[in-house]
Amino acid sequence: MLEIRNLHARIVDDGTEIIRGLNLTVKAGEVAAIMGPNGSGKSTLSYILAGREDYEVTEGDILYNGQSILEMDPAERATSGIFLAFQYPMEIPGVATMEFLKVAMNEQRKARGEEPLKIPEFLKRVKEAATSLSMDMAMLKRPLNVGFSGGEKKRAEILQMKLLEPKLCVLDETDSGLDIDALKIVSDGVNALRSPDRAFLVITHYQRLLEHIVPDSVHVLYRGQVIKSGDKSLALDLEANGYAGVIGEAA
Amino acid sequence: MNMHTQPQRTPAETALIDAFGDRLSLLPGDGAVMLKRDDAIEAIKHGLPTRRVESWHYTDLRRLLNAVPDFDPAANAKAIAPIVDGSTVVSILNGKSDAKVPVIEGVTFQPLSEKLIDGSIAPGLDPYGSDDAIGALNTAFVADGYFVDIADGTELEKPIELQNLQAGGQTHVRLPVRVGTGAKAVIVERQTGDGAVLGSSVSQLVLGEGAEVTWLIVQEQPETATHLAQFKAHLGKNSKLTVFFMNAGGKLVRQEIVVRTTGEGADFKLRGINLLAGDTHTDVTMVLDHAVPHTTSTEVIRNVVTGKARGAFQGRINVHQYAQKTNAKMACNTLLLSDDGEFSTKPELEIFADDVVCGHGATVTEIDHDHLFYLMARGVDEKTARGLLVKAFVAEVIEELDDEAIVEALEARLDGWFVTHG
Repeated sequence: MLEIRNLHARIVDDGTEIIRGLNLTVKAGEVAAIMGPNGSGKSTLSYILAGREDYEVTEGDILYNGQSILEMDPAERATSGIFLAFQYPMEIPGVATMEFLKVAMNEQRKARGEEPLKIPEFLKRVKEAATSLSMDMAMLKRPLNVGFSGGEKKRAEILQMKLLEPKLCVLDETDSGLDIDALKIVSDGVNALRSPDRAFLVITHYQRLLEHIVPDSVHVLYRGQVIKSGDKSLALDLEANGYAGVIGEAA
Repeated sequence: MNMHTQPQRTPAETALIDAFGDRLSLLPGDGAVMLKRDDAIEAIKHGLPTRRVESWHYTDLRRLLNAVPDFDPAANAKAIAPIVDGSTVVSILNGKSDAKVPVIEGVTFQPLSEKLIDGSIAPGLDPYGSDDAIGALNTAFVADGYFVDIADGTELEKPIELQNLQAGGQTHVRLPVRVGTGAKAVIVERQTGDGAVLGSSVSQLVLGEGAEVTWLIVQEQPETATHLAQFKAHLGKNSKLTVFFMNAGGKLVRQEIVVRTTGEGADFKLRGINLLAGDTHTDVTMVLDHAVPHTTSTEVIRNVVTGKARGAFQGRINVHQYAQKTNAKMACNTLLLSDDGEFSTKPELEIFADDVVCGHGATVTEIDHDHLFYLMARGVDEKTARGLLVKAFVAEVIEELDDEAIVEALEARLDGWFVTHG
């Protein structure tokens, strides 16, 4: 489903190269965990997948279902099924959350040639998704993410993911800022979405999240490259021994 | 013989002075009113204000006013549906008060022509200063409007919508409104119409003790109209006034807001949005006098500038020497969406008291790229995402009004503007 080939990317503003020859393949149905120390390029990778303009790909390619996505803008990538759950979801004053959800869902439907959702059906879906994430509907009456706690923002991201039903879900440190109960709720939400035609890229610092969202593969990112891949036992190994060993091995 | 050397009159100045001579016999008013008119036209004979007059710095009226249409008695306007359903509608049709006046308990509507004829309005016709060109123009030519009196203790459930609807030529109207002790009302001042009109409109509000008023100015003139408007208010003890304005039209627009707190405990809020498009000029100038102790005010202005539009906001807050414990805050934020548009902000604080809290801030920004990315990352195309963010920028000010019917009505006007200008 996703194939990243020898990807090199830098920050547009100052030319700093962050991703330095990254290779990664994720199959449909697979949950791939990306781990790595701070500054290894994990969040940058998620932004590049989503199409953020602050980064520029200088070499290599990103294939999604066999097609390069490099020329697609963020909206085109999203409507094609790529979803990024932000590490720090933006607060957008003045945009009502419900209004935003409706626009986003209908824009995606439009791009797929489907009719816009009727209001009762839209409300029903939002209500169901919110209930499953233990979210209060009153929260959704507020402007998008404004005044939400860290945990509420993360839940709102998963809520959007549930409603938009993407095919490739990129979760950028979704566990940060969550207490253990919220972590459970969010993980259950993610697990409920696991399916043979959907892939996940779960970016995290800690093994903790992977106890709840059990990965099929684990990849260690360091200095913009995948330096080691393995199964879920690799995450346990990293938890016990830290990154130093793996980094040493690769060097 | 006049021995003064005066600069040559512009065609607009000449047209106004000639029009006054032609109109004089038709203008209603007793002796006192006619004297005010004479004084007013004298002021205009001295010339329209230029950018050298400080309060007109961003709007050189002498240069910008280049078309003065003739009066057009045949032009006809029709009352329109109010922005808030169920409002009591009072219309001025191309400068003339409508024959139909609604009857609601506790409120008196009187055509202003009657008050000009009996002279009772004369004391209110004085301009507020030597640079008050709108006041002078209006006093010279005002022929009608409404005097509205809301009796003490009256609490209106539905808004009153005062419609000033132009159809052609020139219109000069005045809307004095008195709100009695403890009365509560929402008043919509609707300024719209058709054609290349020159209009002046002066609203004068007096708030009694403890009165609470929300006054909404909705200006949607065609892009051919010259709209010169003034809103003046006196705030009595413990009264509360919220003025919201939305400028969403007009070729040359000047909206003055002149407010004075005259009673302790008075609170004034100004919230406004300027939606500027095309090759137009819009100037909002506020002069606020905190004249007594313990009064508060906040001003929040949001501007969206597209095309070749030019805009300005001048906000002057005078805190008088005895007006201790004044609390005033002013903010003006502009979203500049085109390279050819411009917006100027001039906050001025003049403080003569020593125990006050006053502040102001101004920003000019483009659309936040992080916000744009977030919306696009959810599949919203760039144009729609930009539209959402621009609307959000101004809708925030509307939502503060905290009355569902009003917020919905104003957002509908906002949507209408984005449909034509988005």
